[in-house]
Amino acid sequence: MKYFHDPVTIKILDNINFSLYESEFVSIIGKSGCGKSTLLYILSTMDTDYEGDIVIDGVSMKGKLEKILAQVRNEKIGFVFQFHYLLNEFSVLKNVMLPGMKLGMYSEKEIEHRAYEKLKILGIENEALKLPNQLSGGQKQRVAIARALINDPLLIMGDEPTGNLDKKNSEIVFDIFQELAQEFKQTLLIVTHDNEFAARTTRIIEMEDGQIIKI
Amino acid sequence: MKNKLIFQIAISLLLARWKQTLVAAIGVTFSITMFVTLLSFMTGLNDLLDGLILNRTAHVRLFKDLSISKNQPADVYYKNTQGHNFIHSIKPKNERLDISNSGAIMSTLQKDARVLGVAPKITAQVFYNVGSIDLTGVINGIEPLEENRLFKFNDYVTAGNFLDLKNIPNSVILGKGLAQKMMVSIGDVVQVTTSKGERLSLKVVGFFQSGLQDVDKVQSYASIKTTQKLLGATANFITDIQIKLKDILGAPAAAKEFESFYEVDAIDIQTANSQFETGSSVRSLISYAVGITLLIVAGFGIYNILNMMIYEKMDSIAILKAVGFSGGDVNKIFISIALSIGIFGGAMGLLGGFGLSSLIDQIPFNTDSLPTVKTYPINYNPNFYIIGGVFSIITTYFAGYFPARKASTIDPVIIIRGK
Repeated sequence: MKYFHDPVTIKILDNINFSLYESEFVSIIGKSGCGKSTLLYILSTMDTDYEGDIVIDGVSMKGKLEKILAQVRNEKIGFVFQFHYLLNEFSVLKNVMLPGMKLGMYSEKEIEHRAYEKLKILGIENEALKLPNQLSGGQKQRVAIARALINDPLLIMGDEPTGNLDKKNSEIVFDIFQELAQEFKQTLLIVTHDNEFAARTTRIIEMEDGQIIKI
Repeated sequence: MKNKLIFQIAISLLLARWKQTLVAAIGVTFSITMFVTLLSFMTGLNDLLDGLILNRTAHVRLFKDLSISKNQPADVYYKNTQGHNFIHSIKPKNERLDISNSGAIMSTLQKDARVLGVAPKITAQVFYNVGSIDLTGVINGIEPLEENRLFKFNDYVTAGNFLDLKNIPNSVILGKGLAQKMMVSIGDVVQVTTSKGERLSLKVVGFFQSGLQDVDKVQSYASIKTTQKLLGATANFITDIQIKLKDILGAPAAAKEFESFYEVDAIDIQTANSQFETGSSVRSLISYAVGITLLIVAGFGIYNILNMMIYEKMDSIAILKAVGFSGGDVNKIFISIALSIGIFGGAMGLLGGFGLSSLIDQIPFNTDSLPTVKTYPINYNPNFYIIGGVFSIITTYFAGYFPARKASTIDPVIIIRGK
């Protein structure tokens, strides 16, 4: 359960209970304001103000320290937002490398190599040394996906990742997701209000007024 | 690895706003420069002014004061009767002005571990005869070599050689003001008369300038022997013993001890010149206050710039958090930004402070009252640089602390959802 307290306490999410399995490609759909994004942020561990429990990879996230949650996000979850959120001070390559360097599991050279591989999967390895503001919207979103992939996360979460893109770029991004799901067995959880997009995923969770109406 | 990454991010953020950063660093540089220069200059001046008196004053001076006898005959005679004795108009008795047994006292003092040196002195009241006019004055009989070693006598001799006092019999070094009044130059002979009527001709071998005009108008220096001759006294006639201690702070205690041990009067430098200590400490206090104010103002500048930067970089902070940087990491990033500004600005400020004080050190500063000073005085005390450096880091740390704490508590959800 999740409440918003400002300006008045409202129950946003109620009686939400579902599980995600490995290499599933799941979409959450619903009308604007039905709580699908809120649900995603709770699942992502960034929003900690909720009742109930979240279990990621067999570990409960309830009541964990902010530092531990940050580590979980770093290691196990990749994010793609509606807006790309790349750091303009860094090159594309550095942006992709940042979460990897934070994790610190590989040497800098290896992380760089891995970042190039991810960019290659997404077909933008030639843009690696450019700054993010020199890229087009679709390219930026692909860089963001590469960044989400760098630590080989258990799960990639997307909050309307195609929301800001035109038809053609949306198509490209969707194809990438599908490729990740099929070829790399990547688990994906994507919030969208694009029913066409959702229809092509393996499982659809439909929400209305803070409740799941269809799994 | 992790700290290196945080540092890299900090540097990138810094360079992204390098103009603002530079302004903040210049603020720190300016304040540290002024802090160091101000303190160096102020302390230099303090040392100069204190030196005017302290260098030339004995730490402990032994002398014999004219005083009434503490044991009046009436007290002895009526010792066993009740009541009080009232005696009016007591006059000091006719005593010798010299310190009795001065030779023995001096040789004992020389052996004392606390004592750096001992110099005898005779003060003689005289009249300088200029035509039909008599000018009152004082001739100090000194041991030129010891006087120079302990009290830098040579620094104040502006013309002639002070060693001539020792080498030429019946010679005198006149105060500059006195010499001008008498219109004599080196090699001339002046007539002096003592208070008892003795007359003597003295050859002028030099002039001295103490920096205190009133002193220069009445005082002259001659050797001990010449002064003894002038006073018609024997070779052990000494009126003052000047003692320089190794530790000036021990002077009051030493003065008390010598006073009772040698049965003479003694005065220490702190009692004799208490106003100088007060003056110096107040001046230092003011310079520290101004310097620290400058630093705090620079600190506010850094605080503002970091605050602005955090508002601008809200998105970046949110995304860093989303991809797994903790609040502590974000905190460290902004603290490193502040500290880099502080360390860079502070280091430049220390260099600037050194440069500016060296520059002031070159500016000519000629004044009649200070013959040995040719340029503005600067004290290159490394402590000022240490204090300035440490303070620049502390101020910038605190200036960065609050914005950094704010950045670390930013909720990424609010920012990401806000779009």
